[in-house]
Amino acid sequence: MKQNGKAKLAVFKFASCDGCQLSILDCEDELLAVAGAVEIANFPEASRAVVKGPYQVSLVEGSITTPHDAERIHKIRRASKFLVTIGACATAGGIQALRNYKDVKQFTSAVYANPSYISTLQNSTPISDHVPVDYELRGCPVNKYQLVEVLNAYLNRRKPNISPHSVCMECKMRGTTCVMVAQGIPCLGPITHAGCGAICPSYNRGCYSCFGPKETCNTKALAKRFKVMGLQGHELVRLFRSFNAEADEFKKESVFHERED
Amino acid sequence: MKEKTKSIKVDYLARVEGEGGLHVKIKDGEVTDVKFNIFEPPRFFEAFLRGRMYTEAPDITARICGICPIAYQMSSVHAMENALGAKVDGQLRALRRLIYCGEWIESHALHVYMLHAPDFLGYEDAILMAKDHPEVVKQGLELKKIGNELVTLVGGREIHPINVKVGGFYKTPDKKDLKKFAKKLTWAQGAAHDMINFVSKLKFPDFAPKYEYVSLRHPDEYPFCEGRIVSNKGIDIAIEEYEQYFEEQHVRHSTSLHSSIKKRGAYSTGPMARYNLNFDKLYPVAQEAALKAGLKEKCDNPFKSIIVRSVETLQAIEDALKIIENYEQPEKPSVELTPKASRGCGCSEAPRGSLYHRYSLDDQGLILDAKIVPPTSQNQKIIESDLWKFVPKFMKLSHDELTWKCEQVIRNYDPCISCSCHFLKLTVERE
Repeated sequence: MKQNGKAKLAVFKFASCDGCQLSILDCEDELLAVAGAVEIANFPEASRAVVKGPYQVSLVEGSITTPHDAERIHKIRRASKFLVTIGACATAGGIQALRNYKDVKQFTSAVYANPSYISTLQNSTPISDHVPVDYELRGCPVNKYQLVEVLNAYLNRRKPNISPHSVCMECKMRGTTCVMVAQGIPCLGPITHAGCGAICPSYNRGCYSCFGPKETCNTKALAKRFKVMGLQGHELVRLFRSFNAEADEFKKESVFHERED
Repeated sequence: MKEKTKSIKVDYLARVEGEGGLHVKIKDGEVTDVKFNIFEPPRFFEAFLRGRMYTEAPDITARICGICPIAYQMSSVHAMENALGAKVDGQLRALRRLIYCGEWIESHALHVYMLHAPDFLGYEDAILMAKDHPEVVKQGLELKKIGNELVTLVGGREIHPINVKVGGFYKTPDKKDLKKFAKKLTWAQGAAHDMINFVSKLKFPDFAPKYEYVSLRHPDEYPFCEGRIVSNKGIDIAIEEYEQYFEEQHVRHSTSLHSSIKKRGAYSTGPMARYNLNFDKLYPVAQEAALKAGLKEKCDNPFKSIIVRSVETLQAIEDALKIIENYEQPEKPSVELTPKASRGCGCSEAPRGSLYHRYSLDDQGLILDAKIVPPTSQNQKIIESDLWKFVPKFMKLSHDELTWKCEQVIRNYDPCISCSCHFLKLTVERE
């Protein structure tokens, strides 16, 4: 498993924008230290070199959208001791899961000259729909400091220290006045998993939930509040249906308001 | 050596963004087939943008690419403002240029140091390169960090910034924060000169095909978001006329469409095109650095794109410093917009080339139709054309060396494959 005493790290990509794996290269201050602590065995965005598995930690970015990828993820799982998904695509199907609410065949032929060249699945699904996952790191994109923490944790065989609270908590810690209470701006902060540092409210806009639902989130209560604020059903559908549209709690809520609308 | 068929095959191209491969067939010393094979899964952005609100476009289209989200945000906000007849001017316009400077700095530094330089020096990656050239890589990382910090300062976050809005921004930065940041940019000026000096000493294959270059051209500035679309072969059109001159084709071996100029074919977009068409708009200090690095006012060797990117990095740093020097925080962070049934387009210069967006909106501001043409779609044909020309000329290299060089031919364009595979609306097929 280990060579020169170093754990092998691999990074794999599925349907995605590359942003979450770029977060590794965006750790400018930590990059050389991380690279010194592990053997980067497979990371095509950064290196031509490929070292065979098994890998101690595999970071997986992107969602499953093709028959080929649905098979490939099983091979990666078999070659990986710990498999960590990074980002909203790998964890909740990503923005491309918006296809799940349409007939993909119809829009393949509507927008593509040669649909027969295309091999794609009806739905964009998270990695955990296909194989067991050891840890899911949220975010669109992930927070690079959380990414280093997760890596550190798995290399040192401990649990990652990632807070499970809501974006609201981060707003309070940051000292940002609530945009919903003070300015009447709809905000998904109360039901969204922490991790971004509550950036949007500090820029006078509501959270649009890059990090997806927090555990036991009360989407119903928030939707009710939004309605009191004057939002209509189709607006609620769009709010819940964005970068984490396929996460169970958001999916249920968006489907409910779509039917109601 | 008698009749011989061989092939160069790279199943999974490294050090590019996204998933692609390469297959070159050679028979009797002649290249018989070249395929830059893009197998990145399609993500259907144009399809699911339909029915979304125009205000969501910058947040959604940013997700096409984690490396150049600002480009997607800028092309989309300009297209929406064009549709709704809004003019974003003065300091808000300057701030848009400033955030774009940040993206150019981080993306160019990423490409030059992490993705491209290792090719020239024979390393598999920048981390191995760092063992022998620690100072170069560290300085590169620092420069990249400054680009990212500038994006964060204006945009709130380096990947998928949250502050870009149709009509301007959600919040404008404080003058004092920008002034403070200028110190880092002053350091970056020196680092960019070192960068240009470093890349100018690399060894470049003797290779200079003739291209049609296409980029924006602005009357007063090195181009970012505005201007006319021009080429060295006579194109000089408004952004609104783009679709009358350019078209996309769907080929079997690529999930990204191939762009071409109607009835003419391949063209090159990106730093080389911008440089060749806008040398006169570079700051004198950038012009001087380019000439000192051995470039002329025109450059046709795509391997030297690494020098051009470094010159553009200096240009972006100079531009950012100038914008900060003249910055006064505007009274309002954005201009008011009223939705109406309309159609608009925008084009901006992503680090790797021109990025065109066009939207139709209904009277509520919901998107009826979207078309997005990313730089990598536009450069795909020229990448393949380079390989057709390059392989015969360098056939004497060993198989491994030639394979590596062919990869480099592709990396010259810093292709962003994730960007290019979101599915474009398309009408024509030709094979």
